[in-house]
Amino acid sequence: MHLPILSIIVFTPITMAVVILMMPGERHGLIRGLALTGALIAAGLSVVAYISYDQALAGYQFVEQYAWVPSLGISYHVGVDGMNLPLVLLTGVVIVTGVLISWGIDDRPREFFAFLFILATGVFGVFVSLDLFQLFFFYEIAVFPMYLLISIWGWKVTREYAAMKLTLYLFIGSVVALVGGLAMYFTSGLGSFNMLELQQASFSPAFQRFWFPFVFVGFAVLGGLFPFHNWSPDGHVAAPTAVSMFHAGVLMKLGAFAALRVGIMLLPDGARYWAPVILVLATINVIYGAFIASVQTDFKYVIGFSSVSHMGLVMLGFATLNLDGLTGAGLQMFSHGVMTALFFAVVGMVYDRAHTREIPKLGGFSHFMPLVTFAFIVGGLVSMGMPGLSGFVAEFPIFLGLWQVQPIVALIAALGIVITASYIMRVVGGVFFGNTPQDLVGHIGPIRGQDRVALVVLAGLLILIGLYPAVMAPMVQSGAGAVLRVVGGA
Amino acid sequence: MAAQSVVTSLVLPVLPEIMLLVLVIVVLGADLFWRGERRDGLGWLTAVGLTIALVVTIAYSRPQDGSSLIFGGMLRNDWPAFSFQVIFLFAAAVTCLLSIGLPGVGGQGEYSALIVVSTLGMSLMAASADLIMLYLSVETTSIPLYILAGFLKRDEKSTESGLKYFLFGALTSTVMLYGFSLLYGFSGETNLYRLAQALQSGGISPWVIAGVAVLSLVGFGFKVAAVPFHFWTPDVYEGAPTPITAFISTASKAAGFAVLVRVMLVAFPSIEITWTALLAAMATATMTIGNLLALAQHNIKRLLAYSSIAHAGYALIGLVALSELGAASLVFYLIAYIVTNLAAFAVVILFARSAGSEEISDYAGLSRRAPGLALVMLVALLSLAGMPPLAGFVAKFYVFAAAVQSGWIWLAFVGVLNAIVGLYYYMTVLKVIYLYRSEDEDKAIAVPRPHAVALTVCVIGIIAVGTVSAPWLDWAMTAARGIF
Repeated sequence: MHLPILSIIVFTPITMAVVILMMPGERHGLIRGLALTGALIAAGLSVVAYISYDQALAGYQFVEQYAWVPSLGISYHVGVDGMNLPLVLLTGVVIVTGVLISWGIDDRPREFFAFLFILATGVFGVFVSLDLFQLFFFYEIAVFPMYLLISIWGWKVTREYAAMKLTLYLFIGSVVALVGGLAMYFTSGLGSFNMLELQQASFSPAFQRFWFPFVFVGFAVLGGLFPFHNWSPDGHVAAPTAVSMFHAGVLMKLGAFAALRVGIMLLPDGARYWAPVILVLATINVIYGAFIASVQTDFKYVIGFSSVSHMGLVMLGFATLNLDGLTGAGLQMFSHGVMTALFFAVVGMVYDRAHTREIPKLGGFSHFMPLVTFAFIVGGLVSMGMPGLSGFVAEFPIFLGLWQVQPIVALIAALGIVITASYIMRVVGGVFFGNTPQDLVGHIGPIRGQDRVALVVLAGLLILIGLYPAVMAPMVQSGAGAVLRVVGGA
Repeated sequence: MAAQSVVTSLVLPVLPEIMLLVLVIVVLGADLFWRGERRDGLGWLTAVGLTIALVVTIAYSRPQDGSSLIFGGMLRNDWPAFSFQVIFLFAAAVTCLLSIGLPGVGGQGEYSALIVVSTLGMSLMAASADLIMLYLSVETTSIPLYILAGFLKRDEKSTESGLKYFLFGALTSTVMLYGFSLLYGFSGETNLYRLAQALQSGGISPWVIAGVAVLSLVGFGFKVAAVPFHFWTPDVYEGAPTPITAFISTASKAAGFAVLVRVMLVAFPSIEITWTALLAAMATATMTIGNLLALAQHNIKRLLAYSSIAHAGYALIGLVALSELGAASLVFYLIAYIVTNLAAFAVVILFARSAGSEEISDYAGLSRRAPGLALVMLVALLSLAGMPPLAGFVAKFYVFAAAVQSGWIWLAFVGVLNAIVGLYYYMTVLKVIYLYRSEDEDKAIAVPRPHAVALTVCVIGIIAVGTVSAPWLDWAMTAARGIF
């Protein structure tokens, strides 16, 4: 009987949320301390799980299964393999850095951290789910707190609109996918929601072709797939910093991951049938997202649309249905998660000091915040796919995989990288270098120690994976191999 | 030996009814003798009495071996009856707790007694196996509710509510009675279980039977507030004393479903295809109209009224599915809906009591004014919207699962899309509570002990049904199997 490490990871945040809710609301210091403790426990355990995962053995490890609703074949069933373990780690990293970045929240921090932690439990729960019902259960838990977090603590101008739009988009997607999940359950005739059994169910091709779009797109809405990406830039911009980090960094991966796990792995024939369509849509994501990002003048919108563009690469990797593409997609999920969390953290720090995000009104921040500048440039280079950083490790296999399937698409999508380079350099030049506008001089204070720690952790991870891909690439590759075995080769 | 078998076969099955009758007498007696401050104890007395009845029912009144017709075929001693009785007793006990100390209704003996009589009627409704018994029990349930809805004599809205409820109720129950008389005319039977066979062997045109079924549906549709028999709902809910609104929207609705399920499944199997199609259309209309009209509401009680119409629609899906899982999902849905709706109304009652308003816009700043109460409202509304880990999510999941299982894919899609509309208006309320500021933020909202007890029980219930759903589902499954 080993330690139920995944369950502890999943339930630590929600337990902490309940504890925090029971504290007196005005003890801000205590609440922050509790939040950090909870985040550190969850993150620490995910590091432990990551390190102690036996790569030689591969497959699902740390598996726990308990009957939940036996009469319908629903169980609480968790386990990690090379595909989802990096995402668990990512969630751990983002929750810790998110808490650190949110140190300055003064409006009802008790509720803020409680909702954020309920969200975290949902995210962890989805990533480790091996049961379809459980996946939906945690998925909804992950979606809803976003509404409150954005509408209460978000940017006053657009928060109500953006929060409602985001929640409705994601909820529509998930309930449509839910009907698809139920169809799978009853058609399989297995009487079980266990995904490991359902993936053996071999549904008829006609069934798969019919339901695949519902299930895949239902989840891919949260992954930001064109033309259902519309909620995401608005949502990211309106959200408070930590929530943007969580949302772009982790939640979009949740959508992509569920689309892979439920859509592609349970309906492989449907995936092959619809793969060309996904390729086209995802290519539009990459190019269109990058173009829109490059004409934005609001710093945060630039980053918001860059997420749309980068998630397109993940979807492209999925649609290749080969080992290189899937490995790249898995790595890109982690790399983009860390990178975009870093971006949003930086945007938040700049905004807190300048009280504007209009790029023309900013400038010269490198004089005041050298560490922030350095971190942003690291993130920028990652998003351009510069060798030596994690972006290259992730994007190179995606293009390798794409080339094997559709060289044209690979060429077009590569254009996205060029556009990315242009807008990243424009932001770096406009915000961090050049002259500081007169009205800002003297108003730019130093960043908090907590912010420094968060930036160093995030930038450090990007560099670590770039310089030494062996810490993650083989694991993701084994996970991608497992996916391919289910899907049945390229 | 003989005496013992009489006890087990004739007394234990009607133990809930016997206890309720005794409770009515005790309450009315106490009402005569208690004076002054002691009268506040009347609410506690009723609530405790109902809780005792609940516990005793669960302990002793469980149907032992299968189902049996008792009292000359008037009642049926089976799991669905038992399950619904437990639900009614729970809802009635919470309603009494919520009524304690409310101006106009607290400390009134006849108020508590009427709630108990109505509960007695419901519990007979759930067990009725005969058209005559059914009609009498429906009336026993409804007449006290008409009075209760108009209980605040000096309040115009309450009077309007009582009168409107009475007029609609009288009309629909007459139509239903006409349907019953035709049923008897065609089959020569009043017992539901024998009636089905008589209808099948009698060579009567299925269209005629369908027509009769529709007439009966009018009465049941009124009870569950399904479209197009829903017009009374918003006005009655708004005007009635809020605990009574809570009671009508939970227990009375569940009672309607109890008879609807039994009559449809038992008496009309010969025209299944017709009535499932009819009910599918009704469910679609009920969900859609309920949700769309809820969008435009400014009064929290009217919003919950339309939302309760929509929820009747979701529950109907379970019946349309026409399977064991379907009937079970309906029972499960009602369990989840009742604990949730009672919690929501409890918050409405407490807020109205301290702030004197039922306008949604006045809920601004509630999360600063009373963080705990705001959290309860959050839990209740999210459960109504169908968010995990709360009861509403699993309930909707099972209902939609039943629909997909029976091939009603389009109905499941209608259901999930409606759930999104629902989410929208529940979120707008939450937005007011959590986001908007108000000048009254420093004025606390009192939570007296009985209400605190009710809130705690309901919130624990919402989370327990939502997370540990297996025992509840098994219970609902047993109830569903017992109908036949």
